[in-house]
Amino acid sequence: MNIKKLGAIAVALATFGVGMPVAQAEDTLFIPSLTYRTGPFAGGGIPFADGFADYFNMLNERDGGIGGAKVVVEECETAYNTQKGVECYEATKGKGALVYNPLSTGITLALIPKAPVDEIPVFSMGYGLSAAAIGEKFPWTFVYPTTYWNQLSSILKYIDANGGVKDKKIGFIYLDVGYGKEPLPLLENLSESMGFEVAKYPVGVKEMQNQSAQWLNVRKDRPDWMIMWGWGAMNPTAVKEAAKIRYPLDRFIGNWWAGSHNDLNSVGKSGKGYLAANFSGIGQEYPAVQDIITHVVDKGNSKVASKDDVGNVLYNRGMYNAVVLAEAIMVAQAKTGTKSITGADMRYGLENINLDDARLKELGLEGFTGALKGSCADHEGAGSVFLQQWTGDDWEKVSDLIEPMNDVVRPLLEEAADKYVSDKPDFKGQACG
Amino acid sequence: MLYREAGQFKTTYADDQALLPIAQDRIGLLLILIVAFVAMPMFASEFFLSSIMIPFLVFSLAAIGLNILMGFAGQLSLGTGAFMGVGAYSCYKMTTIFPDLNILIVLLLSGLFSAAIGVVFGLPSLRIKGLYLAITTLAAQFFLEWCFIRIEWLYNYNDSGAIEVPQRMLFGLAITGPHATPITRYLVILSVVAVMTLVAANVLRGRIGRSWMMIRDMDIAAELMGIRPLFSKLSAFAFSSYYCGVAGALMVFFWLGSAEVESFDINHSFLILFMVIIGGMGSLTGCFMGAAFIWVLPVILRAIPTAFELDILAATMEHISSIVIGVLIIFFLIVEPHGLARLWRVGKEKLRTWPFPYAN
Repeated sequence: MNIKKLGAIAVALATFGVGMPVAQAEDTLFIPSLTYRTGPFAGGGIPFADGFADYFNMLNERDGGIGGAKVVVEECETAYNTQKGVECYEATKGKGALVYNPLSTGITLALIPKAPVDEIPVFSMGYGLSAAAIGEKFPWTFVYPTTYWNQLSSILKYIDANGGVKDKKIGFIYLDVGYGKEPLPLLENLSESMGFEVAKYPVGVKEMQNQSAQWLNVRKDRPDWMIMWGWGAMNPTAVKEAAKIRYPLDRFIGNWWAGSHNDLNSVGKSGKGYLAANFSGIGQEYPAVQDIITHVVDKGNSKVASKDDVGNVLYNRGMYNAVVLAEAIMVAQAKTGTKSITGADMRYGLENINLDDARLKELGLEGFTGALKGSCADHEGAGSVFLQQWTGDDWEKVSDLIEPMNDVVRPLLEEAADKYVSDKPDFKGQACG
Repeated sequence: MLYREAGQFKTTYADDQALLPIAQDRIGLLLILIVAFVAMPMFASEFFLSSIMIPFLVFSLAAIGLNILMGFAGQLSLGTGAFMGVGAYSCYKMTTIFPDLNILIVLLLSGLFSAAIGVVFGLPSLRIKGLYLAITTLAAQFFLEWCFIRIEWLYNYNDSGAIEVPQRMLFGLAITGPHATPITRYLVILSVVAVMTLVAANVLRGRIGRSWMMIRDMDIAAELMGIRPLFSKLSAFAFSSYYCGVAGALMVFFWLGSAEVESFDINHSFLILFMVIIGGMGSLTGCFMGAAFIWVLPVILRAIPTAFELDILAATMEHISSIVIGVLIIFFLIVEPHGLARLWRVGKEKLRTWPFPYAN
């Protein structure tokens, strides 16, 4: 009775599943790219995925790969859905994947425990679990160039430098999921030590496009500054609402996921003055980006809709993600002396990465971002962010790199990491020097 | 042809009342079980087990849960995702509070919490019916989702707001956590689903199941014949939510490994609703067919370009698979509005009377 037909299909598929091609050609570097070109957040996912793929394609075209080994980027579509992300992981890990960029907090959390078992590092660039910055506790996870917590401390430093933060009221509007709530412990901690007051405005996922209630409260509370941890449709809505209640937009700062061209293009002129944090340069002027245009975009090998999209905030961030990986691969190749490396070598490469200003210049990315240096204990690089301002039709860098408050944040990160591993006795850490 | 029953005589009442009265069905089921328990773990690849079979079984169980409520007791529910969440969160809470308690016991206990919540949200069903009831279960969905975000105790005050599965052992073998191999996880899920399906099949053809079906077909008539609607409806809610809860706990503990509230959102309620409708309301076979159709088919479609090394963008394939699935849903619902299970049943009847199509 029951699943007879299904059984037959299943058996047929089982054989098909076994026969899936696993072998890769000699000397290639296989990097799966979990994308979300579909689904509710596709607007942000597409430029990121384009920048990521184009940089590796450029290396293949210009230099013949990395250290003589071609890079194979295989995209797997997650639609920002954790279950599909895990499926993508299972589908690609057997092909010799070097590293995973989960591109979603949910998928990152699902992959963190798997990474040490399968020996494939997870590189969640500026998202995911902040506590993963502690290399002793999370040997296989990297959050370069910095964490959400560090970013928040940099933003507060900016506020402090622009009129002081003491005795001010700071409004925090955030997406009411794990991602948005993550900085809350730090915010509360700093509000005591720095002496400011916090007003919180959660925005539910379903109310992303209807924030009138929150902004009504903002109008009532009159915070001196607003900080936003938003994503997707929440960002343009918030900026529009802020403009509507005449909140001074140059006192409204978004985090680095709340400050892309996709977010503000639909707001346009009325969003003029809005600030956002960022860690990757804007525009096409960098020689590396020019190389992408020459070697990939002009040859029609890129998926970008138009050439103008190259160099926008999220495109460049996707590219930066690829830059860090390419650099880590080189470090790993130098250590092993072989062209094709394993996930464990990749982990070494990521841990010993050193993207200083000289190296960035060599790569054609002078001034693109701050220097990045990893170590066994430090998996975040404690990088700096800068602030950019929306001019009405484009982003403009308005501040220098702002260092995070490492002295405050680091102990909190260590505490969080301890908490994460406390109920997982089987979670393997590493001893650092 | 295959189903010729000639020579199968039933000499006792027990034979006549057997779960599978036809010998071919028994052999077929046995073959399926042998394939599932022996052949699959031996021959299937890791990807096949962890990305196709495990989710398929989890969703089948959830679909059975919803089908009990919708297909057998006639109470429309849109809260399946949230009831799965209750199971998952209570399983997580219990196993972190009592780490030494066997995870399988915890798993089965966690369904009880889900059942209790299901009963509470089932109370309005005593007064309202149909679409109106669907709205109240929708309220359950939103309320419980809110709880999963707001009540930090539920996820042990994790900064990430997610529940993360700790490692648990059975007979010295890791069955949850990152060290559990797909084969062990698959076998655990398969055993749980097989046993629970058997229980459901027996409950449904027994007194309780029949009272649910009477309520479904006409509740006033059922009441006049001595069926207590209070007990029947609430027991249906409890039973259904228990299944959904265990499915949710299985989903997090044996498949995903960690879960945020998004894993239990309204989309999952709809997904399982579609499985039940496509598979066939009021049929356990249909639950498996529906789960295979809605979950497994897209996975296979997505795997086609890599398997044949076609140069199609993953995102394009995603769109194509949505289109194909959508068209197939419409096609099957036009061909057979009662679902895939009905198609199978019709086919089986034809086979039983072959070559005399006019026999009944």
